[in-house]
Amino acid sequence: MLGAEYVCIKTEDDLLLVRNCVRQLAASLGFGVLDATRVMTAAVELGRNTLIHGEGGHMQAAIIMQRNTKGIRLDFEDTGPGIPDIDLALTDGYTSKNGMGLGLGGAKRLVNELTIVPLAPRGVRVRAISWLDRN
Amino acid sequence: MDRIPILHVGALLLVTIQVDMHDQLATNLQEDLTLRVSETHAKGVLIDISALDIVDSYIARVVGNIAQMSRILDAHTVLVGMRPPVAMTLVEMGVSLDGVSTALNVDKGILLLNKKIDD
Repeated sequence: MLGAEYVCIKTEDDLLLVRNCVRQLAASLGFGVLDATRVMTAAVELGRNTLIHGEGGHMQAAIIMQRNTKGIRLDFEDTGPGIPDIDLALTDGYTSKNGMGLGLGGAKRLVNELTIVPLAPRGVRVRAISWLDRN
Repeated sequence: MDRIPILHVGALLLVTIQVDMHDQLATNLQEDLTLRVSETHAKGVLIDISALDIVDSYIARVVGNIAQMSRILDAHTVLVGMRPPVAMTLVEMGVSLDGVSTALNVDKGILLLNKKIDD
């Protein structure tokens, strides 16, 4: 891990901090404008998910390195009620409240990897990874 | 700053979104525009998003709502100035912006609105 940032997600305004943090990381790694737009958009979608479904939480952003490729890893953790059916939550069009049904499924298509793990005793961690040379 | 200025020019309302769109601002814009369409009897709403470097599904939904509400109040909405990476990201995400007309820039947007109003 080459560097890390921590952003609290308690209000809608915090989503701007999430976006700006990811923007800086993408710029520092030399992401092109399209990939930077993708990962920033995914971060805002996931941050909103943390806020609305997870009842708030935080994002831990890190620059990581694997097989000589750098990437951005975003961990969104909350202490909300959790996601009963993770596969279902990643299905396009699925939504439980206040969403467009695009949050997790939509964000998944904007990054290279998206995984969800339940946390004990409550909450989830949604991990998104976007590599510098994504293709 | 909690309000985005709305310019009334002829039969059109013009909105240029130049600041970070947080959620409350987007909701306020939705309310303000709907009221102004009703007050001014505007026939067209032009929303310029050329300054936005990302549009997430929430903002897209607000724009869609504005277009639908305006339509019910007898006005057309045209979204202009979307950056190409934003367009690609929205499509990849699966956001369709149903019912929202678009144009490449303000000039073309005004032409399109005037054409819709004449029809």
